Amino acid sequence: MKILVPTKRVPDPDQPIHLNADKTAADLSGIPCIINPFDAIALEEALRIREEERSQAGSDIEIVAVCIGPQACEKEIRIALAMGADRAVHVVSDEYIDSWVASSLLKAVVDKEQPDLIIMGKQAIDADNNQAGQFLAHHLNWPQATFASEISFEGDRVKVARETDTGIENVSMTLPAVITTDLRLNEPRYASLPAMMKAKRKPVDISTPEDLGVAVEPRVEIISMETLSAKRNCVRVNNVDELIAKLKEAGAL
Amino acid sequence: MKILIIAEAQGSEVRHASRSAITLAKNVVAAENGDIEIAIIGDDIAAAAKAASAYAPTFTLSDALFSHPTADRYGAAIAQIAQQRGADLVIAASTSHGKDCVARAAAALGGTMVTDATACENRDGKLIWQRTMHAGGVAAWVAAHGSPVVVTALQSAYEPAEPTGETSVTALNIDVVALPSAIQFDSVTTKQSDRPDVTEAAIVISGGRAFKTAEDYERLIGGLADKIGGGTGSSRAAVDAGIAPNENQVGQTGKIIAPDLYLGIGISGAVQHLAGMKNSKIIAAINTDDEAPLLDYADFALIADAYEAIPEMMEKL
Ligand SMILES: Cc1cc2nc3c(=O)[nH]c(=O)nc-3n(C[C@H](O)[C@H](O)[C@H](O)COP(=O)(O)OP(=O)(O)OC[C@H]3O[C@@H](n4cnc5c(N)ncnc54)[C@H](O)[C@@H]3O)c2cc1C
Ligand SMILES: Nc1ncnc2c1ncn2[C@@H]1O[C@H](COP(=O)(O)O)[C@@H](O)[C@H]1O
Repeated sequence: MKILVPTKRVPDPDQPIHLNADKTAADLSGIPCIINPFDAIALEEALRIREEERSQAGSDIEIVAVCIGPQACEKEIRIALAMGADRAVHVVSDEYIDSWVASSLLKAVVDKEQPDLIIMGKQAIDADNNQAGQFLAHHLNWPQATFASEISFEGDRVKVARETDTGIENVSMTLPAVITTDLRLNEPRYASLPAMMKAKRKPVDISTPEDLGVAVEPRVEIISMETLSAKRNCVRVNNVDELIAKLKEAGAL
Repeated sequence: MKILIIAEAQGSEVRHASRSAITLAKNVVAAENGDIEIAIIGDDIAAAAKAASAYAPTFTLSDALFSHPTADRYGAAIAQIAQQRGADLVIAASTSHGKDCVARAAAALGGTMVTDATACENRDGKLIWQRTMHAGGVAAWVAAHGSPVVVTALQSAYEPAEPTGETSVTALNIDVVALPSAIQFDSVTTKQSDRPDVTEAAIVISGGRAFKTAEDYERLIGGLADKIGGGTGSSRAAVDAGIAPNENQVGQTGKIIAPDLYLGIGISGAVQHLAGMKNSKIIAAINTDDEAPLLDYADFALIADAYEAIPEMMEKL
């Protein structure tokens, strides 16, 4: 079995966002970046499925990480390899990639790689789109289970518990399939230093959108961006009575 | 411009979040002109369709196969309806249904989708959309290229529309059996709660990692919410720890809300949490830590132990 895990490079959410000069994109120069947290969870899940499979059936699963983005993504790709991915595909592009273009490029990679399962994040925490997994499942005409908080296998079926607005929904489907991850699925491991060293020798297949025959034509274009601050002037109250009085005075109670 | 709203039924009503999507559609009509239609898909939806027709002419696709929203079948159905109705703009609510099924439909319709829209504007004859990114740290205006454009409306950005008078309900003609069906619905564990949903409550009492057990959370956060007719919310950390149910999660990757009062108790105020509640009208915090980041985003703060302050509040309210 082969599992494909798309991994996007995103700015560290704990750092303040700076915008580029024409205010159409975040300026990432000098900003520490990470693997999109939901993708790290996806990779962790793939690793756990492999570990389980090895101990149960003794057979092996190949895990391939796919990253679309500039040269600088190399660092996060090495982290994915150090976490345990067997190899990586890097689609190098300096252009703005929206979720549609990402899904189209991922489709082209899937056509080449022929994986049995794709596990990916439910959303990239930079653009917060929550689209690419659903788009990719459509391109492939595969079943999808979004927002997974639990994944298990039963015969040739994969069972997924999904986090929805109203509770946990259980669905099942046959492979190949697309699963997108929610936070509760697992807690990703860290890449150890020795693993980082070893990862340097793992293969990375480099290509471009042109090589894959995909035109980079974003459907959603960013016209302008503005950073927001929502800070308020906080009044410290001394006790519960005062809090209730203030809230009543403000018309909130 | 032909606007199609994909509405969700909730019993015999139109779901609150879908009524916010209707308000977005009305804003588009105000900015650019257009006709609004509503589509409802489901099983046993006659009453909800009738309710929907009080907002705009309503089209229904009703079949036992739609008893649960599986994304491949629903996505294909939504795409076919949008094509049949000649929609230029498809609007749905930013719910898990909107993100799952409507996003899949958007791919079938050409992939032009704006998630979590908070505003729209007619700029030089073209509609542009506002949405937040980077956990609410950035507001962006975006242009959507292609047709139809699929938009999900962020519920907290729009007041729910009010009915304007009954119009028509028409059944759609779609070959339901031919739709894809590779996803099997097995079961659902829905919450049994009499409290208003966190996205609909005017007052939200929200608890974080400060609570030690699910029982404490229910007794204190739930108890205070019941006392004042509010809903309950939580941080992700409380969900992860099994203290609060996941459908209560407020934040970047949970529910984004803007109630009249948000009372965050034992919540530190991580950026991901702030993204979900910082537009609330009044924000109050109770925390033992005077330096908790949430306090910078609050109107009022009480430095106190939740286990003491909440029982006292319940007694005094
Ligand atoms: C990709 C990603 C997405 C995320 N999405 C979300 C999201 O949507 N929503 C979300 O909430 N989080 C989200 N998180 C998690 C977020 O980063 C924080 O970890 C989380 O919000 C912290 O929850 P907390 O404030 O309850 O816990 P903590 O940060 O542990 O804070 C607990 C607070 O309780 C106070 N306290 C302790 N004891 C008491 C007491 N007895 N009385 C009063 N106060 C007390 C402490 O002073 C502290 O301020 C996300 C994280 C990631 C990586
Ligand atoms: N540039 C990219 N490279 C690799 N994976 C991506 C990229 N963009 C999106 N994805 C994948 O798609 C998921 C959802 O992203 P989005 O729909 O853009 O929020 C992410 O969690 C990734 O798994």
